[in-house]
Amino acid sequence: MTQQSTTAKITLQDLDFFYAQFHALKSISMRIPENKVTAFIGPSGCGKSTLLRTLNRMYQLYPGQEATGAIMMDGVNILDSGQDLNVLRAKVGMVFQKPTPFPMSIFDNVAFGVKLYEDLGRHALSERVEWALKKAALWEEVKDKLEQSGTSLSGGQQQRLCIARTIAVKPEVVLLDEPTSALDPISTARIEDLIFTLKEDYTIVIVTHNMQQAARVSDFTAYMYLGELIEYGDTDTLFTTPRQRATEDYITGKFG
Amino acid sequence: MISIYTRRRMVNAINLTFSILAMLFGLFWLSWIVLTLFEMGAHALTLDLFLQMTPAPGEQGGLLNAIAGSLIMVVLAVLVGTPIGIMAGTYLAEFGQGGWLAAVTRFINDILLSAPSIVIGLFIYSVYVASVGHFSGWAGVLALALIVIPVVVRTTEDMLRLIPNSLREAAAALGAPQWKIVTLVTWRVSRAGILTGILLAIARISGETAPLLFTALNNQFWNTDMNRPMANLPVVIFQFAMSPYEHWQELAWAGALLITLSVLGLNVLARFILRR
Repeated sequence: MTQQSTTAKITLQDLDFFYAQFHALKSISMRIPENKVTAFIGPSGCGKSTLLRTLNRMYQLYPGQEATGAIMMDGVNILDSGQDLNVLRAKVGMVFQKPTPFPMSIFDNVAFGVKLYEDLGRHALSERVEWALKKAALWEEVKDKLEQSGTSLSGGQQQRLCIARTIAVKPEVVLLDEPTSALDPISTARIEDLIFTLKEDYTIVIVTHNMQQAARVSDFTAYMYLGELIEYGDTDTLFTTPRQRATEDYITGKFG
Repeated sequence: MISIYTRRRMVNAINLTFSILAMLFGLFWLSWIVLTLFEMGAHALTLDLFLQMTPAPGEQGGLLNAIAGSLIMVVLAVLVGTPIGIMAGTYLAEFGQGGWLAAVTRFINDILLSAPSIVIGLFIYSVYVASVGHFSGWAGVLALALIVIPVVVRTTEDMLRLIPNSLREAAAALGAPQWKIVTLVTWRVSRAGILTGILLAIARISGETAPLLFTALNNQFWNTDMNRPMANLPVVIFQFAMSPYEHWQELAWAGALLITLSVLGLNVLARFILRR
């Protein structure tokens, strides 16, 4: 499988990012293919999470953070000031490192995002919630306790609830920011299986500090270091015959 | 030579002793106050207290008009002050984000929080009572509301700031606009904390005398007209306690006991809500 054989969902052109004075991303250009899993790897502080957070402009919550360059998605530059942030975020969902269930029932957690943009009847809404929970492989465990608080679930279940909540709004892209780093191995395996099935419908971008995870779940991998994109290519090639010496040192554990 | 471990244990023992002594010191005066209140006020704590008006010298009576006046003014002051306080506190925690307006508001609020209540009473006297020409229940409500606002602003801001940003990001990531993040997520998380702030504000204004002395003043008779002077427990206590009549003094003790018990109850309730 080569990069050329796929259509790009997102194209980054000369993306720079600044935390006030700090230059965190340096002229990143890359194509993120549609309906594939793309992983960002690299040592702590390399900018992989920062890069992920530009794709739904999450950084905009904080004053002083700024991105320049272009991020083209479906023909428009999402960095343009005219873009509606909330509509963008409904289209580009995100799951975080720590599970963040809202203090409401399991049902309401999943329905939260749906209700923001769609005026579904009670029946259609229940169907959507059930669909999302099934997609997130959580339905069997929670179908009898949808009225219980989302915070009463275990960590792994909470994270799948967050995934269900994200896909319930039917986004096109799902961003995962180290989604398993706070979970036990069994929960991690379930989420990795889930990522594998989700890519049929969504374009997935995952940040991980776990190289084995990147090798297991992703089709393409980007290795970043000190704010620069060092190497980007299909995962098998990058892990078996990296072109850059720096990438090889990192994936073989000599560095990082 | 003393080992590090032994020395650490000694320091711990000394600190613990001082902490316990300080606690006992505070508790000693507090229990003395409560015991005295019970001793002097308990026997006046009869049903008549809640059924009869404040009496003229030499007559029998209760505190009904004062209790009712206090309740009306406290409830209205909370209704006026709480929304303003919650809104302002929410602005400081969620929207201000390091802007100059938030910094100035927070600074002024801190001053208001520690302003002596008599200053607030005098302020309402000069801007409201003096211009309409008479004392009134509304003036009392305004003065009490001015005390409620900074307390609620501070607790609301503090409670909202305890919420991790990850929760706000999670809601934003679903495409929720900021006002929905605040109303549907962050207010919900800090509900117990904000409610506690309101209860503490009620406890604070229930016993305030100075701001009412210049605003609501007092009324010997039953009155629910907010445009006329209004009876209230703190001022009645002040007046009756200073009087030479023994049964007035007894009523003052009973009123003081009543306020103390309700404030104590509110504090216990606040603790209970926070712990839940």
